[in-house]
Amino acid sequence: MWYHKPVINEELLQSLPNLKIVASSGVGIDHLDLNLLSSYGVKVSNTPFVVSTDTADLGMALMLASSRRLVEGYQIAVSPDTEYFPADWLGAEVSGATLGIVGMGTIGYKVAERAKAFEMKILYHNRNQRNKAEESAIGAVYCKKIDDLLQQSDFVLLSVNLTPQTHRLIGKRELALMKPTATLINISRGLVVDQDALVEALQNKVIKAAALDVTYPEPLPRDHPLLRLKNVIITPHIGSATKKTRHLMMENMMESIQAGLTGLPIPNEVL
Amino acid sequence: LSKKVQAIYLWWHKPIIDQELLQSLPNLKVIANSGVGMDHLDLKLVASFGVKMANAPHAVSSSTADTGMALLLASARRLVEGYHVAISPGMEYREADLLGVEVTGATLGIIGMGSIGYKIALRAKAFEMNILYHNRTRRKEQKEQAVGATYCEKIDTLLQQADFVMVVVSLTPQTHKLIGKREMELMKPTATLINISRGAVVDQEALVTALQTGVIRAAALDVTYPEPLPRDHTLLKLKNVIITPHLGIKTDKATYMITEEAVENMLAALNGLPIPSEVLPS
Repeated sequence: MWYHKPVINEELLQSLPNLKIVASSGVGIDHLDLNLLSSYGVKVSNTPFVVSTDTADLGMALMLASSRRLVEGYQIAVSPDTEYFPADWLGAEVSGATLGIVGMGTIGYKVAERAKAFEMKILYHNRNQRNKAEESAIGAVYCKKIDDLLQQSDFVLLSVNLTPQTHRLIGKRELALMKPTATLINISRGLVVDQDALVEALQNKVIKAAALDVTYPEPLPRDHPLLRLKNVIITPHIGSATKKTRHLMMENMMESIQAGLTGLPIPNEVL
Repeated sequence: LSKKVQAIYLWWHKPIIDQELLQSLPNLKVIANSGVGMDHLDLKLVASFGVKMANAPHAVSSSTADTGMALLLASARRLVEGYHVAISPGMEYREADLLGVEVTGATLGIIGMGSIGYKIALRAKAFEMNILYHNRTRRKEQKEQAVGATYCEKIDTLLQQADFVMVVVSLTPQTHKLIGKREMELMKPTATLINISRGAVVDQEALVTALQTGVIRAAALDVTYPEPLPRDHTLLKLKNVIITPHLGIKTDKATYMITEEAVENMLAALNGLPIPSEVLPS
């Protein structure tokens, strides 16, 4: 299963009596009805760890591209109308700024490791606090209340998985708590953010900018306001899109499928 | 007015310091440059008028290192192409096609391991990159170990092994066209060239050919020669090139710090004190 296709519903499951396993690419499984699949005796697997470093790398890429206005800069550099580079055109510094990570799982932690090398101050919000050794390795400070993280961060990065609890985790209230100079980076799922509230916040300068690898839906309708805002970078869900990682994902999926078909314990099974 | 001018703060190479200007400012004591590069100044000419010069080396390093990493990541992950796919009105959403190359665990070759090069190494290490470097002189062992960097006495060794080649040298007669046809052919065909130093360090015509014929995979350039490039230049049209308008130090924080450094230099010169970042004609 790649990019949520085919859609697994009752109709499909009824039409495939010998289906034993659904191997899903990537780590997210929010597009699968696990209870439904279980009721048909179908096993499920994903590819959790192999995507982590690429996704963390993309999170950093988006943060740097947004803060330094890389996409706008590129357009100036190649535009047929450019006669000179404007002297008063500035971006914001990443080094030494405060990064707030919402969701400190494997991916969130790898983002923190990278951000530390940029001398960033790291705050994080998570269901559970990480242990002291893990925290001090990256100098991360736990914010039990998400509000504290939102109020202090220059960059807010979302790396949670999508669950009923994280659906619209970032809405009008959360965006209003952020600094007007802050940037929101989303590498989790589009539905973690209230998109309409985000559009309003960006238009009214409640926050400075956003960089999104994920939206809802993907792709967005071609007339969606997010596509036209100057202070938004959108990428087409390329979090795990490198040749090497895609190859590894396929290997993992094949392993899971073979185990599923031969009745052996399934690597990366989702229960 | 011209008799009152004692100091000049140079911002983006302006004003142009030539014989005529220097002759018209008899009381000029110091020229403070914003930024670290001094290749746009005729150091001997300025010194011959008894005018001191200073640059701002400390304030630039983090911002420029960040720019280098931003370009490396954007090129590797095809961020600009991805943006255009994501927002374009008519194109098919070909998610599966847009594959980039991995950064984590790849080999980064840094050419020029000064302050900026070293800060890049610090950042790259956190991405678990294997770091090679080439420099006029070898860095102290302690410094090397702190970033896990391996010295390549010959630039060829670095070019042959690197997945990403980052050019961070100052522009001098020795580094002019340092990266030419020969150097690019030594690079892997899957490698990316990133230039955050000066346009003239790279042979631009050779670069165009290398990119068009697949000799290297891609390039990301924060600097070109000239800046900006003529609007019909081939580099502007290649899909595997990202060009940015000399972002190097263009952040509010860096601009502030550079100005502070420059003011410190100017005040020292005007008060006859040792200048913190004096630059002498070599």
